[in-house]
Amino acid sequence: MDVKDIIKPENLVYEKPGMLTANTMHYCPGCSHGVVHKLIAEIIEDLGIQEKTIGVAPVGCSVFAYNYIDIDWQEAAHGRAPALATGISRTNPDKIVFTYQGDGDLASIGTAEIMHACNRGENFAVIFINNGIYGMTGGQMAPTTLLGQVTATTPYGRDAERNGYPLKITELIAQLPGTSYVTRQSVHTPAAIRRCKKAITKAFEAAMDKKGTSFVEVVSTCNMNWKMTPVQANQWMEENMFPFYPPGDIKDGSKADPASFKQN
Amino acid sequence: MGELKLMKGNEVIAEAAIRCGCDGYFGYPITPQSEVMETLMAREPWNETGMVVLQAESEVASINMVYGAAATGKKVMTSSSSPGISLMAEGISYIAGAELPCVIVNVQRGGPGLGTIQPSQADYFQSVKGGGHGDYHLIVLAPASVQEMNDFVDLGFQLAFKYRNPSMILADGAIGQMMEKVQLSDFKPRMTAEEIDAKYGSWATNGKKPNRERNIATSLEMDSAKMEANNKRFQEKYAKMQAEDVLYETIRCDDAEYILVAFGVSSRICQKAVDIAREKGMKVGLLRPITLFPFPKQIIGEMAKRVKGFMTVEMNAGQMIEDVQLSVGCAGCAVPVKYFGRMGGIIPTPSEVVQALEQKLIGG
Repeated sequence: MDVKDIIKPENLVYEKPGMLTANTMHYCPGCSHGVVHKLIAEIIEDLGIQEKTIGVAPVGCSVFAYNYIDIDWQEAAHGRAPALATGISRTNPDKIVFTYQGDGDLASIGTAEIMHACNRGENFAVIFINNGIYGMTGGQMAPTTLLGQVTATTPYGRDAERNGYPLKITELIAQLPGTSYVTRQSVHTPAAIRRCKKAITKAFEAAMDKKGTSFVEVVSTCNMNWKMTPVQANQWMEENMFPFYPPGDIKDGSKADPASFKQN
Repeated sequence: MGELKLMKGNEVIAEAAIRCGCDGYFGYPITPQSEVMETLMAREPWNETGMVVLQAESEVASINMVYGAAATGKKVMTSSSSPGISLMAEGISYIAGAELPCVIVNVQRGGPGLGTIQPSQADYFQSVKGGGHGDYHLIVLAPASVQEMNDFVDLGFQLAFKYRNPSMILADGAIGQMMEKVQLSDFKPRMTAEEIDAKYGSWATNGKKPNRERNIATSLEMDSAKMEANNKRFQEKYAKMQAEDVLYETIRCDDAEYILVAFGVSSRICQKAVDIAREKGMKVGLLRPITLFPFPKQIIGEMAKRVKGFMTVEMNAGQMIEDVQLSVGCAGCAVPVKYFGRMGGIIPTPSEVVQALEQKLIGG
């Protein structure tokens, strides 16, 4: 049998999602961003929501997210994506809005914006990439950097006295009555990728159903700034990040019902 | 026309927003303009026109909510006062860079820092020179009456959409807080989704349609050559504003030998000062810039060829005087340009203005 007999549409088991553009990704080999982008592209295609979806890109490595997924996008200032998403979804309640943010963007400079958007129960989905480091600016300490972790601004390891503690922002977010579905995922194995796809799908559906803010943290690797190979980075993440940032659902429901919301 | 009412300047901003078909207001309380959002919340326009009103967690958030909504082709606005506008400077720069229309109201108070809650015009530089980082300008409208607080909301949106550039209504605590007779505008319907697609489909990020490429609202451009081209396009836009949309008012300038230049509440004081000076036999007129950017430099240049001098009257340390000096100098004239002003939230009296005129310009 010739190879040409095998390459036929009916034998196709995998193809690039139609929602991914032809642009070459700028991400480093081994980076988690590309996988998460592909999942979002697949989900938008699966749900048939290209015409209704508006993405909000952050500042950080994924600042160019708008180059890769074939939908309308807005580029926010550092940390402000949840405010943009609030403006979009409040004035366009028929649209499906999501933000895509890194740990510096969401958990440091944009803490006020994410907390208050989630607390108001804005009807959009948040995709939060937590790789414990600032990628775009060259590997400085992030709010989620682990104690002892070496970065460009913690060259002798993160010290709690000097640098404070790693921030479990997702657990804080889950406490807020405006959130519906809050989960922590990863994309380092095929099984994890499948789970993450289900989680992001659920988050998009929660936004479509106006259940409140849905939030998917993806514990991710930055092998380039961690100064590891992609394989080492996956292993380091499992051994060091998962104990502190354990994957799994944290909250699964709807925003609080105002009628039964307890204030005493 | 709408009904005739006695209203506060800040309340009129809210009423004018509803009536001009505004889609959304996002704000944060700050004195002396909190009545804008209070009035909107009490009016509940979401029941009447569908307009969204949201109290944000900060001015940083409110301007970014404006960004998000404006980038979908909606007609949206915010209001604040000086310290809050400083917090918005980042977002305003991004909105100017992404070429989005919106209206920002600044009911100025004295500064720097927390300053005072009393009226001031100390944000002139911040408003007309840009305010945030990068080469950009706002369209700056300076109302001098409660009526203009009404009129400039609609005008601000018209200019913002004409140029895809943020407009600022630069008021002050006096104009915001004082009550005057106002002829309200008629109601205009909000634009429908179809109208937005038809008019702004080339840029509005309101969901990619099969008949168009995806739209991206961004101020980012990594290619220097393309970024310079963007900067040049912005500059062309500002030049077009200068050519087409300068607004000013002249009062008793025809035979005037000396010209007071003042905007906003200062121009109201100067109207009276002109009357007093005329009674004293001084030939004084008033030029009131209505657009502070684009600045009415041409008329000042023309006047400079026939008058003996100018004096700006400003509630700051002398900011607009620089633009008047430039306008006079660019016309090749060398007549004196003086400044008189009060700071710290103090409004000058007409007699102080006349006295300064005599001491600094006419007697000198």
